[in-house]
Formats: sequence, structure tokens, C-alpha cells
Amino acid sequence: MKHSKTAAILSVLSMGVGQLYNRQWAKGLLFLAFHVSMLVYFFTTGLGQIHGLITLGDQAQVEVQRKIRGITITDVVNKDHSIFMMIFGLIAVFILLIYLFIYVMNVRDAAKVGALRDKGKNVAGFGATLNSIRERSFPYAMLSIPTVGVLFFTVLPIVFMILIAFTNYSQKTLPPKNLVDWVGFGTFVDLLTLKAWARTFFGVLGWTIIWAISATLSCYIGGILVALLIQQKGIRFKGLWRTIFIIPYAIPQFISLLIFRNLLNDKFGPLNQAIRQYFGFLGLDGLPWLSDPFWAKVSVIGVNMWLGIPVTMVLTMGILTAIPKDLYEAADVDGASGFQKFRNITMPYVLFATAPILIMQFAGNINNFNVIFLLTNGNPQNSEYTMAGSTDLLVTWLYKLTLDNQQYAMASAVGIMIFLIVASFSIYNFKRSRSYREEDMIQ
Amino acid sequence: MKTNPVKIALSYLLLVLIALAVMYPCAWIVMSSFKAGDSLYSETFIPQQLTLDHYRELFDEDNKYQIYYPTWYWNTLKIAFTSMVLGTIIQLLTAYSISRFRFAGRKQAMTTILVLGMFPGFMSLIAIYILLQQLNLLGSWWALVLVYSAGAALGMFVAKGFFDTIPRSLEEAARIDGAGHFTIFWRIMLPLSRPIITYISLTTFTGAWVDFIFARMVLRNDRETWTLAVGLFELVQGLQSTKFTLFAAGAILVAIPITILFMFLQRFLVDGLTAGASKG
Repeated sequence: MKHSKTAAILSVLSMGVGQLYNRQWAKGLLFLAFHVSMLVYFFTTGLGQIHGLITLGDQAQVEVQRKIRGITITDVVNKDHSIFMMIFGLIAVFILLIYLFIYVMNVRDAAKVGALRDKGKNVAGFGATLNSIRERSFPYAMLSIPTVGVLFFTVLPIVFMILIAFTNYSQKTLPPKNLVDWVGFGTFVDLLTLKAWARTFFGVLGWTIIWAISATLSCYIGGILVALLIQQKGIRFKGLWRTIFIIPYAIPQFISLLIFRNLLNDKFGPLNQAIRQYFGFLGLDGLPWLSDPFWAKVSVIGVNMWLGIPVTMVLTMGILTAIPKDLYEAADVDGASGFQKFRNITMPYVLFATAPILIMQFAGNINNFNVIFLLTNGNPQNSEYTMAGSTDLLVTWLYKLTLDNQQYAMASAVGIMIFLIVASFSIYNFKRSRSYREEDMIQ
Repeated sequence: MKTNPVKIALSYLLLVLIALAVMYPCAWIVMSSFKAGDSLYSETFIPQQLTLDHYRELFDEDNKYQIYYPTWYWNTLKIAFTSMVLGTIIQLLTAYSISRFRFAGRKQAMTTILVLGMFPGFMSLIAIYILLQQLNLLGSWWALVLVYSAGAALGMFVAKGFFDTIPRSLEEAARIDGAGHFTIFWRIMLPLSRPIITYISLTTFTGAWVDFIFARMVLRNDRETWTLAVGLFELVQGLQSTKFTLFAAGAILVAIPITILFMFLQRFLVDGLTAGASKG
């Protein structure tokens, strides 16, 4: 039999044996040691944890009564904690996947080295292997730390939360007193069909989309207009204007938002104070900026313009300076008017260059947590909604469901819905973007 | 080419109006922080009585509102600085390897990063909470550093776009001279990436400086461990209009360092923004 086949079969039987057969002692022993420690881990704890992920426990906390000298004492005995079981089960699955991945690599390596031997070539020593790892696997080595971080603090939590959406984890089933169970798509069905949930979901979804469209367009158009205003011929101190207008971008957002929250205060805020002072004769007693559903929506969009226009402005100014001057000169020769030049050169240029940002900002606004949470906190209350207010977006509703109401399963289902909406926009956008398709052509 | 004077005059008028709208909230909060008394309401724009009392009160050791401002400031600095260093390193490593190397699984890694970035950040709040609980890190500032820097890799697209623009011939020349991957990264790429390093550091620093969603969850009830964002948010929630001027003073002290940093490093930010936008 050929060396490559033998080595491969041997390393399928047990990691490292194929390498030993190829007389790569150090590598073989390393693989073997890893293999053994993994087997020990899985048979002592890992498999049990994966089993726990499937069952989520079968015994909730119990109270045991015992009598000591005629007095009854109740002991609380903790049994299965579904949520912990889920997380540990997930970690075990992750480790299993990594283990399987390395297993496959091990088999491939054994076969490759075996093939070298078939051709009568020398087998690399351990030192040479290390060297080649340093050269060939440099990107993997560089990415290892970020990957571990992302795996445990982003991927694992996200997978966990996705799983939660398929359970009945909520205030009523809080472990360790109760057990959490898998319910399949039950939560999603509730979200979309139960009246209390569905009304809130579609109501909040509607406002989220209106908000995302108006917030994006207002900042986009506003930013382009301000940039054009500054870049006009005959306007002086362009740098000064730009610096002033960039201020809102420089101030930490949560500070600006908390300031606006006070500025728009119904009773004592300076805005209403001014309205009362100057328009009082019209019978205006200030506007309910944050307490009326309609005006609160106007306020969040307005304040968001204050925050968001600088970004588009800066971008547009960069694009404007990049438009080739000869285009305008050619237009001048042809006798184009200022407006014609604007319509046929400036606008197409700006729109073309900023279109991808538009979609990214739209996706970002769907998840714009800060503006809503800090300005209105989703209020004013809406009696038709379950655990949401009139200005709540899906994200802020998700936050309220999680932290204030412990409706974890429902919150996760909402989170998945948000993800589906955002993902469909972003992936479409990204696939079209230059950096994805023509990456190697920039060089 | 002649310009229309009416149009120019109108444009100036508009610019001044926008400038007023931009400046007013800032000026108002500055004025409020110097205003005597503690109410939101003010008779005039420039307060009749100016005072520094609110700033003094923030740094008062035994204040009755349990505002440990200096401690919060120190906590925030500590957390923001450590996360900045770790986060920047992680983001640079990720962006560099994805930009410069063509390895198996690269496209998949990019798509994964993109997809992960689309989940609402705090959807994973509870899972992270349980993880931190198990690591016995709840209430500790290291927990925040861990969470902030662990996720830093996901923001790598801007930096990747930057590395994409550095000509490949540079590193090929170095390779011919016998430089290894690490030498190339350390001696050639890093010195060239000062603008992008500034950009990443600034964004990770401010990210940690202003975050309060995670901070509020991790730092819970021990007021001495709070960060500025958590403290100020609670100040506004708890004492809304009753201690408004105190909030104003606190807000200004939080905003000043960041605002100054941003204004000074404007160029890098603008470059980063533009790069991020045009390169995806």
C-alpha cells in the first residue's frame, strides 16, 4: 500500500498516528496528546454538556423539607439550570467543531506527507515545520487572537440568543426555579399572530421604517445641501464654516442627546420658553415636543438631523473637491448655465459616489438605539402596545423586552427579525460595492 | 464668472442661521453650567448670576447625591485607554491580514464579519452577562475592557480599505531583500499606517468613553465603579430637572476632552470616514 493512504487511514483511526508512521515524531506526539486530552474532556464533561443543550435539563429547583428537633426547615436544592446548560452545551459544541476541524487537518497532513514519501522525498523535520508555519500561516497566526475574541464574545452570544428565540425563556420560566424548553417556532408564531404582540410588532416595525427612511433622507439631503452651500463660488471662510458645522459630530452623542432632552422639556425647556415668549399672543403655550406621539416623532427626526448632517456634509465636501474641473470648463465652453452644470455634473457625481453610504446609513438608522433611547426612551406611552411606546424602534423595544420585562424569547425573536431586515439591505449593498468585487484591482 | 450678489447674501444668511442652530445647544449647556441655582428654567440666555459652584460640587468628596465624579472620570479613562490599546492592536492585526494575504477562508471571514456586524449589538447582552458572571468579572472594569476589545475586530473594514491602498510593490521589494512577514508588518506597514492608527485609536477610545449600555449592565449598583456615561445618565434619569445645572457641568467636563480630540484630529477622521464610505 502507498504511504499516503496508510498514513491517512492511520490518522483517521487516531490523530497523530499517521504522523508517527511518517516518522514525524514531535508533530505526531503533539497531535496524539491533543487527541487524548480532547477524548478525556468529551467523555468526562463535554458530551454531558452537549446532551444538556438538547434536553435543557429535566429537573427544576426543588424544595426539600427536613425536620430538626421538631422544626421544619425548607432547603432549596438547585438542580438543572437550563440557561447555564445551554451556554455550556454551546461552548462544548464549539470545542467539538474546533476538534473536528483539527482532526480533518491532521488527516490531510498525514496524507500529504505520505505522498511526499511516495515520491521518495525527505520528510520535513519539526524545526522546518515550525518555520513553514511562520511563513505560510502568518495570517492565521495574526488572526488567532481576534478570532478567539470574536468567537466567545460575539459569535457565541449571538448563537445563544438565536437559540433562545426557539425556547420559552421568559419571566415565567426563569431558571433555576423553572425549566426552559424548546418550543420551535412558537415564539415567532406568537409574535406574528397573537393580537397583543402582533399589533405592537407591526406598529413598531412601521414606525421603524418610517423613521429609518426619514432620518436617512433628511440627513443625506441636508448634508449635501449644506456642503453645496459652503462650496459655492463667492463664499468666504469655507474652512471656518466647515469647522463650525462639524461640531455636532465632535461632541459625544450621548451628551448631545441628553442636552436636547432637556432643551425640549415641555415645561421648562428654553425652546418652549421662547415659543411662549414670542408666540404667546397666538395662544401658543409651547409644543409637547417629547410627550405627544406626533411631536415626539418630529423631535427625534429633527435632533437626528442635528447629529447626522455633519457626516454627510463632510463626505460630500470631499467628493465635490474631487470632481474634475475640466468638466465644468467644458460646460462653460458649451454655454451651460449654473443650474445646468449643477444638474448635469455636480448632482450625478455626488449621488453616484454617495449611494452606498445611503444604504449603509439606512441600515444603521434601523438600529439607531441611542437617539431614541436617550431622547424619548420610546415614550410617550402607547396603550395599544405591549411594553413599547410610540417612538420605540424595534431595537429599543428589544432592549425593553430584555432588560425591563425579561421577555427573553420574544426579544430574541424580534432581534432575529431586525437582523433579517438589516442583513437583506447590507448584503445587497456589499455585494455591489467595489471593495468586494474588484478588490485586487485597486492595487 | 460673476456671482449673483443676492444669492450670496442669502447663502450667508442661511449659513449664519445654521451656525446658530448648531451652536445654540452647546452655548446653552455651557451657560447653564455656570448658572446659579439648579433649575432648568432660566429667565435670560446669559444667566444673571454666574457661579462655579456646580463644578466644585462635582468634585466634592462627601456630596449628598453620591456623585463620585473624580472616580468615575478615572474609571472611564482607565477603561477607555486600555480598550483603545487592545482594540487598536486587534483591529490592525485583523485588517492587515485580511487586506494583505490571500488565504483559504478569507472571503468567508469577511462575510462573517459583515454579517456579525448586522446583529444589534446588545442582542447578545444576556449571554455576555452570563459569560462574565462565570468568569467572575461582573462589576469589574476588566469586563468592559474585554467586551470592548473582543469585538474590535468587527470594525476592521475602514482599516482594511486603508491597507488595500498601500502598493504591493513595497512589500515585494522588502521580500526580495529577505524580510519576513513580521518585519514587513513592523518596519514598513506600521510606520505608513499612522493615519489609520490614529483613526482607529480615536474611534475605539470614544466608543469606550461614551458607551453606557454595556457599562450600565456590567457595573450595576456599586456607584464607585461606574463610568462617566453611566453616572451622567443616572444623574439625568434620577434628578432630571431638579439638578439640571449640576448635570450641565458634568456633561461639559465629559464632552470637552473628546470634542478637543476630535477637532484636533479632524483630518484623520474625515479621511477615515471617506475611506470607509468609498471602499465599503
